[in-house]
Amino acid sequence: MTSLLELQNITIQFGGLMAVDHVSLKVEKGWISALIGPNGAGKSTIFNMISGLYKPTSGKVFFNGRDITGYKAYKITSLGIARTFQNIRLFKNLSVLDNVRIGRHCRGSSGLIGAIAHFPWTKAEEKEIEEKAHEALRVVNLLDKKDELAKNLPYGEQRRLEIARALAADPVLLLLDEPAAGMNLQEKQTLMQMVQNIREMGITIMLVEHDMSFVMNISDHVDVLNYGQKIAAGTPSEVQHNPDVIEAYLGKEIE
Amino acid sequence: MESIIGFFNDPYINQVLTLTGVYLITALGLHLITGITGQFSFGHAGFMSIGAYTAALLSLHLETPFIINVLMGGLAAGLAGMLLGFPSLRLTGDYLGITTLGFAEIVRIVFINLDITGGARGLAGIPRDTNLTIVLLLAVLSIICMYRIHDSRFGRALTAIREDELAAEAMGINTLLYKVKAFAIGTFFAGVGGGLYAHLIQYLNPADFGVSRSFELLNFVVLGGLGSVPGTILGTTVLTLAPEFLRFVKEYRMLIYSALMVTMMIFRPHGLLGGVNFRKLYLDLVHRRLAQLAKTKDVGGKQQ
Amino acid sequence: MEQIQTFIQLLPQQLVNGITLGATYALIALGYTMVYGIIQLINFAHGEVYMIGAFIGLLMVVYFKVNFFLAIICAILVCVPLAILIERVAYRPLRGSTRLAPLISALGVSLFLQTLMTLIMGPNAQGFPQIVKDTIYTVGTVKFSLVQVVILLVSSVLMVTLHMIVKFTKVGKAMRATSESYETANLMGININRIISFTFALGAALAGAGGVLVGMYFNSIHPMMGVIVGLKCFCAAVLGGIGSIPGAMIGGVFLGVAEVMGVAIGFGTYRDAIAFALLILVLLLKPTGIMGKPIQRKV
Ligand SMILES: Nc1ncnc2c1ncn2[C@@H]1O[C@H](COP(=O)(O)OP(=O)(O)OP(=O)(O)O)[C@@H](O)[C@H]1O
Ligand SMILES: [Mg+2]
Repeated sequence: MTSLLELQNITIQFGGLMAVDHVSLKVEKGWISALIGPNGAGKSTIFNMISGLYKPTSGKVFFNGRDITGYKAYKITSLGIARTFQNIRLFKNLSVLDNVRIGRHCRGSSGLIGAIAHFPWTKAEEKEIEEKAHEALRVVNLLDKKDELAKNLPYGEQRRLEIARALAADPVLLLLDEPAAGMNLQEKQTLMQMVQNIREMGITIMLVEHDMSFVMNISDHVDVLNYGQKIAAGTPSEVQHNPDVIEAYLGKEIE
Repeated sequence: MESIIGFFNDPYINQVLTLTGVYLITALGLHLITGITGQFSFGHAGFMSIGAYTAALLSLHLETPFIINVLMGGLAAGLAGMLLGFPSLRLTGDYLGITTLGFAEIVRIVFINLDITGGARGLAGIPRDTNLTIVLLLAVLSIICMYRIHDSRFGRALTAIREDELAAEAMGINTLLYKVKAFAIGTFFAGVGGGLYAHLIQYLNPADFGVSRSFELLNFVVLGGLGSVPGTILGTTVLTLAPEFLRFVKEYRMLIYSALMVTMMIFRPHGLLGGVNFRKLYLDLVHRRLAQLAKTKDVGGKQQ
Repeated sequence: MEQIQTFIQLLPQQLVNGITLGATYALIALGYTMVYGIIQLINFAHGEVYMIGAFIGLLMVVYFKVNFFLAIICAILVCVPLAILIERVAYRPLRGSTRLAPLISALGVSLFLQTLMTLIMGPNAQGFPQIVKDTIYTVGTVKFSLVQVVILLVSSVLMVTLHMIVKFTKVGKAMRATSESYETANLMGININRIISFTFALGAALAGAGGVLVGMYFNSIHPMMGVIVGLKCFCAAVLGGIGSIPGAMIGGVFLGVAEVMGVAIGFGTYRDAIAFALLILVLLLKPTGIMGKPIQRKV
């Protein structure tokens, strides 16, 4: 059985800095898999390599058994990997609905001619895009805000909008980079439920998160990174009791 | 009624309005490139000149029909835009701007040096086939195109690139391809504008398509309201007509104009209509009307 | 064959002419590169500062009969406050605005100064009197005119001075820090506004001097002279790697030599296109210019 996602010895260097150093890991279908580690450990960089925004210096990325190393980001998205950004990157001056519609881009096909000529099939596609966008907004409970500008949403809702935008692409694998950052306890609870609902929809989830109770509650599997290297992997409870992990998080509590 | 017809029949008024329409079509192309897709082009006049010379030469040498010439002008400019776009749209922001400016300058200097274009003396004797009706028709058509593009999967991809190119790429948009397409379409409009211009002014000179013309077109798009079709219409109309009506201050005209550019940017950096959402305004108005109607009905009901 | 031979014979002479022209380009390009390095703005009005420098030089020479050295000093004394004023009025209020707004504002200033000078001086070219004797020195087959020597000397002195200021003075260090990272400089307690004014002042001083030198070299100046030269010098700055001071010097000289060579091999009528063709070529091959650092996009 091939894993849904497999990284083999993936490495990236920025100048002299080994931001990610020979990391190998697997994400199985249906998992909620977490990637944790102290600030600067290289978590976001790994997401950037999976989603094709950075090219690894060496190593390989396999998705569904297919070598996708070096593919362009848009290609990878259309293959079924969608993501959110740690530093929210919404299309700020566009409406919530438009943000999500754009997320659906890779599942559509109509182009310039269709836009101008309004063919019946173009209209049908527009309708389908709108329906899917509504669906995605419903999952993150933002449908009633669809006409607001993205920049006018409060922080927590912007994070959820990022998730909706990614969901609109019908991903097989969803990468969430610190989805709970900046949320209060109640918002985090809601988010946790949403993430579980998304998994129920048959989407595999890989997430980076600093909130340990969030991670430990929700994940099936955890990989731990420190200074670009993988130092541990396993179930949440295994990882929690790993001395190396405790060492890396020295002073920080892991419950 | 008659006086209105008389007004449009006045050759001077007619000429000025037609020219405004020609510039509007050209500016809408730049609106797509800069306003919608967010890519700097400081050489739009260069593409206009490619369209103008192509159309004029076809007219003079092959005597093909006017509409064909204009269309070919558009296609030639669009093709040039595509050829320049593929390598240079990898560049961003100012680099792209300065590359397009350089390209337009090269085109201008080539036209000065070629024999077939009449060199620095220019190209004269182009038939006057452009008229107000055709230009208005094409302008309306262009405006409709712009709105339709704006409300489509294609147009949303372009706006996404303007808002955040990297996020757009991560959302599955082949950003380079879409930028090239936007550039090709935008320069196509410039070429059509150029073809119409040639058949309106009847005389072409490379000096008409220099850096200052390119920046003038940029002003049309920015000062009216970047990213907004009504803004582009307003900007083009005001900035084309105002100099005509300000002839009495002719020496100081450019002084006022340039000072205005600076003050506008300081007080309204998004242009006059930038950030104004007409659809929302309209919808709000409709909602308010409906609410009002409902209220009066309610009141009426109670009174009965 | 014969053509190639004459070309090779003339090569040293062309090099001298090219380097002289390039030195004036470098002076102007430096202003573009320093300003861009600090506030990422193509200062379209910079070409007009250079043009005004030339006119001030002309006024001083014609009405006050001063020598070229004083003419240059006066041009600098006018251009420096002018550039500081431009930044204050037209650019500073737009910091943090959209990318296009300051560009349009810069274009506005440029157009304003062109129109103003046209109104004052008339649209036609003005002769620049010969203030340096037309002595010719011969070294081997190469001829140097005295003007060329003056241009090379003055621009070298100016560029060395600039280098010293940027490298060794406190403001120079602050300038480099600001150009590395705006935020860090701010955190370090550097007064950014002062540094920006200072950068504009330095650039304007070089451009003003460049204006007088060009007037002396070509004996003719006019209110539109800053447009094409300005654009070409911005190209030179990009060629060398925008933000890099040695880059602008190399880029300017490179462009001067390329133009003179281009004219020598028969591309005289394409002279003004050479800069842009080079620019496009270099940007496509190495988007950060000859001396520019590679950029890694950050997510
Ligand atoms: N484009 C880049 N150029 C240079 N260095 C980079 C780049 N991207 C990331 N880095 C460096 O790589 C290291 C890992 O960064 P990364 O963002 O992956 O950390 P992280 O684990 O996501 O941390 P955090 O929890 O703070 O988000 C950091 O030292 C960072 O500065
Ligand atoms: Mg991170």
